[in-house]
Amino acid sequence: MGMQFNSMFKTAALALTIAGLAACSSTSDTEEMPMETNDTAAADAAAAAARAEQQRLERERMERERQDQAALNTTVFYFDFDVAEFQPSDRETLIVHARNLASNPNRRVRLEGHADERGTREYNLALGERRANSIRDFLIVNGASRSQLETVSYGEEQPAVRGQTDSAYQQNRRVEIRPAG
Amino acid sequence: MKLRSLLVLVLVFAFSASIRAAELNIEITRGVDNPIPVAIVPFAWEGGVALEEDVAQIIASNLEQVGEFRALSRANMLSMPSEEREVHYRDWRILAQQYLVVGKISRVPGGQMVQVQWEFFDINRERKVLGEVLTGSVSQLRDIAHEISDVVYREITGRRGAFATKIMYVSAEGNIGDMTYRLHYADYDGRRAQILLESSEPIMSPAWSPDGSQIAYVSFETDLPRIYIQDLATGQRRQVSNFSGINSSPVWSPDGRKLAMVLSKDGSPDVYVLDLATDQLTQITDHPRAETEPAWTLDSQYVLFTSDRTGQPQIYQADLSGGFPERLTFDCFYCAKAQFMPDGVNMVHVRRETRQDNTYSIAVLNMETGRVITLTDTALDESPSVAPNGRMIMYGTTYNGRGVLDAVSVDGRAKFRLPSPQGDVWEPSWSPYLN
Repeated sequence: MGMQFNSMFKTAALALTIAGLAACSSTSDTEEMPMETNDTAAADAAAAAARAEQQRLERERMERERQDQAALNTTVFYFDFDVAEFQPSDRETLIVHARNLASNPNRRVRLEGHADERGTREYNLALGERRANSIRDFLIVNGASRSQLETVSYGEEQPAVRGQTDSAYQQNRRVEIRPAG
Repeated sequence: MKLRSLLVLVLVFAFSASIRAAELNIEITRGVDNPIPVAIVPFAWEGGVALEEDVAQIIASNLEQVGEFRALSRANMLSMPSEEREVHYRDWRILAQQYLVVGKISRVPGGQMVQVQWEFFDINRERKVLGEVLTGSVSQLRDIAHEISDVVYREITGRRGAFATKIMYVSAEGNIGDMTYRLHYADYDGRRAQILLESSEPIMSPAWSPDGSQIAYVSFETDLPRIYIQDLATGQRRQVSNFSGINSSPVWSPDGRKLAMVLSKDGSPDVYVLDLATDQLTQITDHPRAETEPAWTLDSQYVLFTSDRTGQPQIYQADLSGGFPERLTFDCFYCAKAQFMPDGVNMVHVRRETRQDNTYSIAVLNMETGRVITLTDTALDESPSVAPNGRMIMYGTTYNGRGVLDAVSVDGRAKFRLPSPQGDVWEPSWSPYLN
C-alpha cells in the first residue's frame, strides 16, 4: 500500500511539473509573436511539435514507470543448482529495486534465501544465506543502504512448490524480496 | 538381500487424537538373509479385560526390526507355554527355533500394578538362560517389553540393545504458505509420540544432551533462526544465541560441557563452540565459505564439519585450539553431515559420488582403512543419526514424494521404515542410552 501511494504521489508531482513547463513556454511564445502575424502558422506548427514532443516524453516516462513497476513487482529471483550468484538476466530488475530503495530511504526489505531439498539441510541453510547475500550486496552497490536490507535463510525448510521434479527444484532455489516487518 | 513382505504393526492403543495423528508405524523393508530364529510366545494374562499392549508382539517386532532375528509366527506355534514347566523343547526344535521367550502377566493384588514374569530358553542346549520378574503400571508395559528386548538381545548377541531409547524428529504438515512444524519425541520405533514444540515457522536440528535430560534445536519462531535449549522434564527453555544471521546446528560435546554451533555473524557461516559453564564462545573455523554441520569426536577434543572451501562440500576436522583443519574426504562430489559411530573409527556421512549421479546416500567411511560402504540406495537421504549401540542409523529420506524416516543396520543388511500417516517427517535424532 505504502509503495503504491508513493508512486501515485510521484506521478502527480511529475504531472504538475510538466504542466508548469508547458505554461512557461506558451507565455514566451505569445511574447515573441506580436510583430509577424505571417509566422503564426509556423508558430502553431512549432507549438504542435512541442506538444507532440511532450506527449512523446510523457509516453516514454509512463513506459519507464510501467517497466520500473514491473521490475518492482518482480520479487522472486531464481538460482542455478548449487550456485549462490543470481542470474545475469536479473541485473536490470535488481538495479530498479536498488534505485527504488535509494529514493525511499525509509523503505526496508527482507531478503529470504532458499535452497532446493537436495543435499543436507544445514548446508542448504548456508547456501540460502549466500544467495540472499549475493542479492543484498548487489543492491548496496547500486544505491541501497545496508540498513534497509535484512537477510534470512530458510534453507530447504520452506519450499515454494512440492515435488521432486527439476521444475520444482528450480522454483525452490530462490531469493524473495519482502517488505521488512 | 531380499525384500521382505511388509510387516505392519496393527496394535491399537488408546492415545489421544493429537498423539495418534503423530503416530508412526514400523515397516520392515529389508531383512538379513540368515536371521536367528526366535519364538516369542504370547504372554499369558490373568487379569480379565484384554491389555492394551501385547508385550510378546513388541519384543518380536523389536528383534525383527534390527534385522538379525526372525520371530516365529504365532500361527505356527505347536504349543503356547507361559512358564518353564510348560516348555517342551521338542516343540521348538521341530520348528528350527534357536531361542524361546515365554511369560505371563498378573495383577499385583490390591493395586493397579502388574507383574511380568518372563523366561528365556536356549533350545539347542535345552536350558533356561534366565528368568526375571518385572513390576510396573499397565501404562509401563511397553517400557517393560523394551527392557526384556534389551536383555534378550544382549544374551544372544553379546551387545547392548537400544530398544529403550527415544528419538526426536521434525514434521511439517499443511499447505505451502500455511505449514505447521512440530518437534516430536517418541520411542525409538516411533511409538508414543509426543509433541515438544509446534510452530508456524520451521524447526531444525534437534539434538540431545549426552545424559538425555536436555535437548537443543533451531526454531524460526522469531522469523530468524535461533538456538534454544529445552529441559525435557520441566519443559523450561531458553534462547542460547541471538547473533545476526544464521544461528544453527547445535551439538553437545560428549562430555556435556560444550555446545558446538554455527553462526554467520561475521559474514559467512563458521563453527563456534560455546562453553556452557562460562558462556565463553570460541570460534573454531574462520573462512569466507560455508562451514557448518559440526559433530564431535568421542574425546570432545575435535570437531568435524562440512566446508565448501574447495567449491564443493567436503568433510574436515579441526581441533578446538583453532589449528589448520584437516580434510577427511576427497573422492566424492558432495560429502557432508559427518558423525562418528560409537567405535570412534567409522564416520557416517551423506554422500553424492559424482556430479552426474545425483543421488544422496548414507555412507560410512572407515578412518583406519579408508574404505567407504554406502548403506542406502534411495535418492534423497540425509540427516543420519546413530543409535547409541552403533547398530542402526536412522535418517530422513523421501518415499512417494513424502518425507519419511528410515533406519538401516551398520552393515547395510537390515532396514526398516517409520512412515507417518500424514505430512512429512525428517531430521531424526536418536537419543543416548537413557537407562
